[in-house]
Amino acid sequence: MGDVATIILKRLGLGLVTLLVISVLIFSAVELLPGDVAEAVLGQGATAENVAAMREKLGLDQPAPVRYFSWLSGAVTGDFGVSLTSDERVTDKIGPRLLNTLFLASYAAVIAVPLAIVLGVMVALLRNTLFDRVVNVLTLTSISSPEFFLGYILILYLAVKAPLFPAIASLSHGMSLPEVLHRTFLPALTMVLVVTAHMMRMTRAAIINLLASPYIEMARLKGAPAWKVIVRHALPNAWAPIINVVALNLAYLITGVVLVEVVFVYPGIGQLLVDAVSKRDFPVVQAVCLIFAATFILLNLAADIGAILTNPRLRHPK
Amino acid sequence: MADKPKKSLLLDVKDLRIEGYSDEKWVEIVHGISLSLNRGEVLGLIGESGAGKSTIGLAAMGYARDGCRISGGSIEFDGMELTTSSEMEMRVLRGSRIAYVAQSAAASFNPAHTLIEQHVEAPLHYRMRKRTEAQEDAMELYHRLRLPNPQEIGFRYPHQVSGGQLQRAMTAMAMACRPDLIIFDEPTTALDVTTQIEVLAAIRDIVDQFDTAAIYITHDLAVVAQMADKIKVLLKGDEVEESSTEEMLDNPKEDYTRSLWAVRSFKRTQKSRPGGDAVPVVSVQDIDASYGTAKVLEDVSFDIHAGMTVAVVGESGSGKSTTARCITGLLAPTKGKVLFNGEELPTSYRDRTKDQLRQAQMIYQMADTALNPKVKIHEIIGRPAKFYGGLSGAALKARVDELLDLIELEPSQYYNRYPPELSGGQKQRIGIARALAANPSFIICDEVTSALDQLVAEGILKLLDKLQREFDLAYMFITHDLATVRAIADEVVVMRRGKVIEQGSKVEMFKPPHHPYTDLLLSSVPEMDPNWLTTVLEERGVDNIGDAAKV
Repeated sequence: MGDVATIILKRLGLGLVTLLVISVLIFSAVELLPGDVAEAVLGQGATAENVAAMREKLGLDQPAPVRYFSWLSGAVTGDFGVSLTSDERVTDKIGPRLLNTLFLASYAAVIAVPLAIVLGVMVALLRNTLFDRVVNVLTLTSISSPEFFLGYILILYLAVKAPLFPAIASLSHGMSLPEVLHRTFLPALTMVLVVTAHMMRMTRAAIINLLASPYIEMARLKGAPAWKVIVRHALPNAWAPIINVVALNLAYLITGVVLVEVVFVYPGIGQLLVDAVSKRDFPVVQAVCLIFAATFILLNLAADIGAILTNPRLRHPK
Repeated sequence: MADKPKKSLLLDVKDLRIEGYSDEKWVEIVHGISLSLNRGEVLGLIGESGAGKSTIGLAAMGYARDGCRISGGSIEFDGMELTTSSEMEMRVLRGSRIAYVAQSAAASFNPAHTLIEQHVEAPLHYRMRKRTEAQEDAMELYHRLRLPNPQEIGFRYPHQVSGGQLQRAMTAMAMACRPDLIIFDEPTTALDVTTQIEVLAAIRDIVDQFDTAAIYITHDLAVVAQMADKIKVLLKGDEVEESSTEEMLDNPKEDYTRSLWAVRSFKRTQKSRPGGDAVPVVSVQDIDASYGTAKVLEDVSFDIHAGMTVAVVGESGSGKSTTARCITGLLAPTKGKVLFNGEELPTSYRDRTKDQLRQAQMIYQMADTALNPKVKIHEIIGRPAKFYGGLSGAALKARVDELLDLIELEPSQYYNRYPPELSGGQKQRIGIARALAANPSFIICDEVTSALDQLVAEGILKLLDKLQREFDLAYMFITHDLATVRAIADEVVVMRRGKVIEQGSKVEMFKPPHHPYTDLLLSSVPEMDPNWLTTVLEERGVDNIGDAAKV
């Protein structure tokens, strides 16, 4: 296991370096935006003195590298500064929104990942049958439609025509878990529809790719029934690509769902980011971008580790 | 083996026809083969690739690979007609009453599960044994097949076990349900001779002990002679002849069978080194090399003179190909030097001059992977001619035509074709032409015939010999096949674990006394004598067989 630990530590280190590079990119991108934060915050009627005072208050009179490092050292300790628009601490502003987003993403993932893998195994088993084609067409249709469109369709049928679920997924304090799950079902379902096709098709392809292997023929010649050949002999060797696609889709569930949040008026982090960009609330923008980057890096790292752990050559060295 | 009492009929195949799907139509690839097998009997199926051996073997299990179908005839296994049985009915036979041992155990064991987990799969599936009983039985079989640590080896993963051991574990797995019939599909083809002999002995013992009937598929006559009671020779899906093993060896009736025998008799006269102080073309001097921290070569030295063939032999992992990599500059040795016509070569190919690079060329084992499938033949051959010779236009075309003539392929037919359109032997000829195109004085041939059928391989060896005489080429011939060495070598270098064990002229090397390892190598080459295996095992003493396997 020593080897695996080393590999994981190396990946973790590389992930940190990547995150550092991204932090530079985020900071520079914000720097490159036209106009001045102080002017933007104070509006058009601001006098030169006011702007200068604001700049000094925000520390904008310092050179960029100095500001970058003070931002970075704050970020490392969990302090992303103060919002420019509401004087709240950025962490206080982001925290609850991030939790909401993570909740919705987990809700969708808990349904989508097992569903995609089970469907993938089933279409691999029944490949080139009617079932295979129908499932492929349906999932491709759902992935090809924009998610806001899917959202409205679901609202139309499951909230308006048959009022089973609420169309608006706003949350309030003191709701019980079943209530929350019921309230957020439609946005979760929308996201499930968006990510399932990708993972399912990769599962199918990864398994079918292995079916020509000599050890699959061997399993058949040992009399193993078709489902056992797929589940016991092909699937364990197909995990690496499947895990990678799952990780990418999980990252999407966290970082890419702003449209779903808007459609269902869900108080997630995506909406917060859009608001912050339009109001030039740069500390919030920077913090959210950094969180998104960290999400991608962490999930890809998890996928790498998962792929390593499913590889017997690495798990059991000679 | 020959005088077993007659037993009841187990497998009766009549007029078996199999079709394969290619170019969008079904083409018959097995044309009416009949065979019968009694309980406890071993039938050898032999022929070149494309003869339909494996296809027929699998059909005996009622199995056709994707893109194949059984189109006619009958297959009766112990009273059950397989061609009309449902897939479900046939599946119940597989693994329980008919088992299969594949050519490459390394590829046929699932990398995700331990050996024993795969071993007990069939007995558990058929509810013949409980898990613990099945595991104990597996250990018992491992013990009988003389695997080291039979109690423990089953809990390893396939990649943790050597090739010869895997092949024996696969034979054990085939035995798990004590089948009536086992199909052995080239079980030793991928192994070194020293490992092959153990696997052969183990297979023969276990087939005898359990009185299992077997179909033994191979292209190696000498191997099948050790294993089979009777032999059937196949050619392109047709039967050539069938008779008992002794009869077949002593008195083959058909010309084709005799031609298979004849392959091993190709020999050319041995040349000796030029006298005086002739400078060798290539002189490897005290080379050490390592991959990372693992040392793979130690003090390797030998000379190759113009117009001569030096065969470098040894098991896989003995450092043969690594030595070639050092000579070509692909791997820089950590110590020692390589002289070319007496002049020291830079260790890395990057520092060598174009002329130094031109002088040494390579021909590879797998012509399939060594030729770019998307590039036309004339470009493959023309590139080195252009790069080293600066030819272009009409001169280049003339040179490519000349090279195609040299390798005995009609230029007008092959000039514009792509590698996948050619047969294995033709591809290897293109590989040779590509090496020749640079006008080298030295060619490294890395197992160039081991992926080819015997007749085709013989053609390649004759071609190489002709070219050597014509251009006074020096060959370094890497091989693990001692029959090839006998055929073409002038001098032999025996390597083991990165060291040169023994070297000298071919005549010397094949004459005793040998270094013990050379002796082991030589005595492990199967001979066309049905009693060869028994004799060798007796000479060595059974206990010694396992020792050679410890890799």
